[in-house]
Order: sequence, then C-alpha cells, then structure tokens
Amino acid sequence: MKLELPLAKVKGLGASGEGSHHWWRQRISALMLIPLTLWFLFSIVNQLGQSHAMVLGWVAQPFTAFFLIVYSIFMFYHAQLGLQVVIEDYVHHRGARLALLLFSKAVLILFGFLAVFSVLRIAL
Amino acid sequence: MAEFRLPKNSRIKAGGHFKDSTSEGLKTVYIYRWDPDTGDNPRLDRYDVDTKACGPMVLDILIHIKNSMDSTLTFRRSCREGICGSCSMNINGENSLACITSALENKGDIKVYPLPHMSVVKDLVVDLSNFYAQYTSIKPWLQSDSPSPDRERLQSEEERSRLDGLYECILCACCSTSCPSYWWNGDRYLGPAALLQAYRWIADSRDDFTGERLDQLDDAFKLYRCHTIMNCTRTCPKGLNPAKSIAQIKQAIQERK
Repeated sequence: MKLELPLAKVKGLGASGEGSHHWWRQRISALMLIPLTLWFLFSIVNQLGQSHAMVLGWVAQPFTAFFLIVYSIFMFYHAQLGLQVVIEDYVHHRGARLALLLFSKAVLILFGFLAVFSVLRIAL
Repeated sequence: MAEFRLPKNSRIKAGGHFKDSTSEGLKTVYIYRWDPDTGDNPRLDRYDVDTKACGPMVLDILIHIKNSMDSTLTFRRSCREGICGSCSMNINGENSLACITSALENKGDIKVYPLPHMSVVKDLVVDLSNFYAQYTSIKPWLQSDSPSPDRERLQSEEERSRLDGLYECILCACCSTSCPSYWWNGDRYLGPAALLQAYRWIADSRDDFTGERLDQLDDAFKLYRCHTIMNCTRTCPKGLNPAKSIAQIKQAIQERK
C-alpha cells in the first residue's frame, strides 16, 4: 500500500544538478559533427571506385587520419549521449535501465576505441 | 517500458446511442465514458445532438447532453469562457478547452476523450493530483530575502513585460498531457505547464530566489526530459509558448556556468 502524498513523490530524491551538463555536451558534439560529417561524406564519396591501396593511402595522410579520429570520437560520444536519452525515456525498470545504460556506454566506447585504433594502425 | 497498447481493462468498447428528438441539424458526438463503480471497460457513447437547442461550443453540447439527454455524463467545467481551465479535454485528437472550442466549425463528427495518459476518475474527469503537486514543487510564490517594503514591490514597465506570455497560464494541463515525454516520464519530468510557471518566477524581477529555483530544476528528468517536441506550444488553448520558457530556463542554467 502506498500512502505517500503526491508532493513527496514529485520532490523525490531532489534535483541531481547534472542534467545541464549532459544537455550542453550533446549540443556541442552535434554542432561539431555538422562540418565533420559533411567532410566525411564528401571524402568517402570521392574515394568511390578507388583501389584498396589508394583508399589506405588516403586514410594514412596526416590530415585525413587526424580528422577521421576526431570524427570517430565525436560521433561515438554523441551516439552514446543520444542513446542514453532514449534509454532514460523508454526503459522504466530500474535494473534493466542501469544494465542497458552501462551496456550501451561500454559498447560505444569500445567501438570508438576500435575506430581510432584502426585509423592509427593504417596511418602509423 | 513505454506501453503501446492499452491494458485489457482500459480498452474502449462500443457504447450506447442517444438521440435528440429532431431530424434536422443533428451533430454526432462520441464521448469516452468510464464508470469506476461498474467495473466495466470504458465505452464510446454516441449522442446525436440538436445543435439548435444549445450554444456553439463543445462545452455547450456537453451541458446540453447532461441536462436533457444523459444526466450520468461527468465532466469538469466552471467559467465557460476559457479562464478557469476546468474543461480541458481531448477534442478531435487535440487537447483544448471545451468552452472555447467551436463545435460547428468542424463539419464532421466530434470525438471527446479525457486528457491523454492520465488516470481517469470518471468519464472526462482525470486525476490531476500529480500535476498540481508538480506545480506546488516549483514554489509558485514570490520569494525574497530583501527587506519587505512598506508598500508594493515596484517593477518597471520593462520588467513587468517579461511576465507577458507567462502569467496568462491557467493550469488547464492541456500542454503537459499532450507531451510524449510527460506521458512516459510524468512521475519525474515536471512537464511544460509546471516549467512555464517555474520560469514565470525566474523571470520575475521582484523574486531573488532565481538561483535556488534553477538549482531545483537542473536535473536530467525534472527539466531535461524536454526534447523540444513542441506539442505543448501547438496545443495551448491560451496561445502561450511553454517550449520557449523551457528553453529560457536551460539558457539561464547555462549562463551561470
């Protein structure tokens, strides 16, 4: 039986003081991704039809390698922030939510590292 | 998880058919009915209403039905002129006040449901205790540490104008109950109505608890569940812009960093 009054329920554990941080990082990473994604798509289309060796050579150029790494970091970071919001929105079971949040974070961080590692491997 | 199908005992069945004794100028109105005392599922009753026997607004039709067709119909209403916020309901898929929504402009049938995703008390009456508690939680009164003046707390015309578009809110709950974020997380997200009211006090030049108010809102759920879906602004029967107020709160929190 629950006799808790509505106001006590609404106030709950209080404000976490953290929401703005997440919100701001999501906005900034989105802004950064606009030029990076445009550059990435434009470059990828440019590489269409090229041989494997030519594409590897392109990735290995310092300018390309640097921006591919920056792009990967921002992309996976932004994806993590966005997926976190989706999970918080729709998954209400506390245990399932925590598990999914940790899992999505781990997977996206791993993929981010993998992307950076791959570029370094080709470039260095 | 978010639920995409109604629970078994909430699924709507076909209901009764009531008809005014005239053959001309009939308007068909479907109304959601649910009676907690019977234990039956909700139903959709059909009323063929003589529009010449009542006024032009949806509320006039509801009152006519209650007076002369079916006295069991239950709904909230008070001022019948869009200032009390009692008769908020979902009319033809959009949350609005029945008293200022024309029943005749739309040529087709009218469908009237209670406010979405709220627990129904009876028929068109929903339980707003959580909504009111959320309003209470933002402390909707002037707070000041400044010494109390012997007269009114003065405000310049410019300072007063910052409250335009905020003070007009009548807490009808149309905006909050139209917001998907509020549907999924209404227990923790304060919703557009309470946030617009929170901003009304943040924007007030006479209130010096702005920082404390922002502290109370800086939370992933209380404020940042707003994903600028904009249903609130679209549906507000008073033509206000809760989404803008929410953006201004976010901006204020960012400014003090």
